[in-house]
Amino acid sequence: MERARRLLESGRGDEQIEVYLSRGVDTDVEVYEGSVEKLTTAASAGVGIRILVDGAGGARVGTAWAGSLDEGAVADALNQARDNARFATEDEFLAFARPDGVAPAGMSLRDESVITTPLNDKISLAVELERRVRAGDPRIRQVESAAYSDYVIEGALASSVGVEANYARSGAYLSVEAIASDGTSDQTGYGLSAARRPQDLDLDAAATDAIIRSTRMLGATRPSTRRTVVVFDPRTAATVLAIIGGALSGEAVVRGRSFFAGRLGEVVAASAVTVVDDPTDARHFAASNFDGEGLACRRNVLIERGELRAFVYDTVSARRAGTTSTGSAVRAGIAGTPSAGPRALVMSSGSHSQEEILAAVGQGLYVDSLTGVHSGVNPISGDFSVGVTGLMIRDGQLGEPVREVTVASTLQRMLLDVAYVGADTTWLPGVAAGQSLAIADLAISGS
Amino acid sequence: MAKPLVETDVIERVLGAARGFGDFAEVFVEDRVTSSASLDQGRIEELSNGRDRGAGIRVVVGETTGFAHTADLSETGLMAAATAAATIAQRGGGGARRVALGTRADHARLAEVLPSDVDKAAKVAWLRAANDVARSEGAQITQVQVGLGDSSRRFLVANSDGVFASDHQVRTRFMVSCVAQGDTGMQTGYKPFATTRGYEALTDDVVADAARQAARQALTKLRARPAPSGDLPVVLAGGSGGILFHEACGHGLEADAILKRASVYAGRVGEQVASPLVTLVDDGTVQGEWGYLAIDDEGYAGTRNVLIENGVLTDYMWDLLRARREGRASSGNGRRQSYQHLPMVRMTNTYLMPGADDADEIIAQTPYGVYVAQLGGGQVNTATGDFVFGMTEAYLIENGEITAPLRDCNLIGNGPETLARVDAVAADFSMTPGTCGKNGQSVPVGTGQATMRLSSVTIGGTAA
Repeated sequence: MERARRLLESGRGDEQIEVYLSRGVDTDVEVYEGSVEKLTTAASAGVGIRILVDGAGGARVGTAWAGSLDEGAVADALNQARDNARFATEDEFLAFARPDGVAPAGMSLRDESVITTPLNDKISLAVELERRVRAGDPRIRQVESAAYSDYVIEGALASSVGVEANYARSGAYLSVEAIASDGTSDQTGYGLSAARRPQDLDLDAAATDAIIRSTRMLGATRPSTRRTVVVFDPRTAATVLAIIGGALSGEAVVRGRSFFAGRLGEVVAASAVTVVDDPTDARHFAASNFDGEGLACRRNVLIERGELRAFVYDTVSARRAGTTSTGSAVRAGIAGTPSAGPRALVMSSGSHSQEEILAAVGQGLYVDSLTGVHSGVNPISGDFSVGVTGLMIRDGQLGEPVREVTVASTLQRMLLDVAYVGADTTWLPGVAAGQSLAIADLAISGS
Repeated sequence: MAKPLVETDVIERVLGAARGFGDFAEVFVEDRVTSSASLDQGRIEELSNGRDRGAGIRVVVGETTGFAHTADLSETGLMAAATAAATIAQRGGGGARRVALGTRADHARLAEVLPSDVDKAAKVAWLRAANDVARSEGAQITQVQVGLGDSSRRFLVANSDGVFASDHQVRTRFMVSCVAQGDTGMQTGYKPFATTRGYEALTDDVVADAARQAARQALTKLRARPAPSGDLPVVLAGGSGGILFHEACGHGLEADAILKRASVYAGRVGEQVASPLVTLVDDGTVQGEWGYLAIDDEGYAGTRNVLIENGVLTDYMWDLLRARREGRASSGNGRRQSYQHLPMVRMTNTYLMPGADDADEIIAQTPYGVYVAQLGGGQVNTATGDFVFGMTEAYLIENGEITAPLRDCNLIGNGPETLARVDAVAADFSMTPGTCGKNGQSVPVGTGQATMRLSSVTIGGTAA
């Protein structure tokens, strides 16, 4: 923070400066056939600088970054940012965040044990994960990789208009990809456990997930083309929620790139749907005390019992929309520019277990993996078409496996067609948590 | 000649120290300068510059690779990284072993006009020009975003086998995205241009053409109807469908997946794995294309590798470590995102060789199907061969003619099955730039093919 403050002093009269310093350490271990295949330990650091210059028609911004904190690199970045500001168009809505009096949640999100845990213990976790998956079922013929990884990242943000924020986060992950075979064909299953510190990782959960997901897919066939109810498992439901979250960004809305634009107050989803963005909930892996502009993160209710209540805004998109920031600036590291977006989405859980939902649905498709999300979903038009694997739902229970299937609808329709939200809220890495989600009337395309 | 990133004697000492611990050691030093500029809603939003400089050092002991990287290019910084990499590879003893490097092989850059030679004002002018062209295509164009980016990447790689090489890779790209608003909602259009040349390749025509195509695509899609759901013949326009081969079999032909028996193509060299019309090549030597490289990130020359010839699997793609394990040479496919990443087997420019058919004839001989003018990204599971890829501009084919535009959706299929269904390949070859993601690392790649037909693919639309 001292370093960031010092950099602010280099500002000239008509300039505002924002400095974001970040440093981190991480460890990655990949194990194959009982021994370490790859092991990386690394420290990195960098700076991102934004300079804002006021003019008659508004402000202009210039940015630059450097993957190093040495004096020369930082000075170069500062000069480049200043020069870049000359070329931007003046924008009356452009501004840095101003302190708004909202207190940060004060969560502790960094755990020292990521640093203090001996490397050998971390390696042992990955070795044991691979061993358990290989030993867990005779049909597992290969474990492509079993990995342990962790990180600690710290940052400081300061601006010449009075914002100061400190960031500190840690995380540890176990992941494994298993290949099961029945002699004629192969199926894969991915297992994951995530925590803020290594000792909270759940080896068994990750191993079991990979084993079950791969072996139960053996013998999968293509179902016939039809319209049916689809039950997304918590992992895939989180992916769907994250996509919908993108359209709840105030920036997408003010730029006319969201299908939610102009629909505040309208019913956009079934009454079972309440969507909250709450980075102040420490259970969420994406929880944060501060947003990407240094304002306190806060809880925002976006869809309440089906009604569109609010969007999330950073400073600039809020000014464009005639409102104030919701503390929802997100930025992709030192090289990223802040923009508005949800950070820690979760749906309010329903009252039914997954078993109860399957029983209520009766016949349909249960989906446990999605592919082609980046190519088949258009968050502007709302078109949704993804490849899936999963199991048919027969008489209220999981039935035979299916693969090479697509599921299609539009995001707008899917929200209205939500039939059940499960009680099984699952905290996952990424923007969204998930729970079992039943959506009526999707088109499935098979044979 | 520019000053080397690190002096040869320093590299020799660092490599010697690292080599002392293991069977193989490598130093990779990189200095990458990037810049970007963006326009949105008629405003020049932001210009940005960045610089990343550092070294990655790997040490191999038996089957274990230790890796460490540093942003400190002093001898002290490099020695610390070498020791860290060696220590984690072996977690024990060692000592320096002398490594003598010969003369460094310096590769000349392809680019003529470097990013640093171009005024920021000129970049801004291109953004504005594209915005004007796109908006002039129709009043229904409500959003135009234009982006320009360049990177100038110098790197040096040396290893204990005596490889010692440097290169200067310049990449330039320009992207236009449009949103059109109609009675039926919003539709999008996107056109990228990307080259391993410098700014000499970014002409006014290229800029206007990208803008026009992005705008027309969005406007056309306003009339789009829901795509069909089910199995249909698919005609892929020249250049649009190379991503299919990248996903459907390219990833499955990478030696890392092969050696771990995590690919449907493992152990199948010499077998018929595709229609006889399929000859698939990965080729790092196509100058100017997005996946071009004089040398890969392990210092080996980019090469042209025939992977499938007339439907028969001929070879896989190799990086250095996998090749060493099999006692063969690298095929120049060892790539990494940056000095902070370990290299792995990656594609360069992957393309299907053109055939003898006529593109118009292929369409005329398709009674009912889908014509794909542009594909978006895709994804594959190499172990099962199942893949998907998105259609971002597609039309129905009815009675041998291209008719109604279709809304975005995914195609889904299985690699080996789809490759067997190639039943026509035309001569009108072209290539498309893309970004390939694998295990968290992104690298630029090219894909290409001529107009071609697949006798049946599953279309993931909503219409009956």
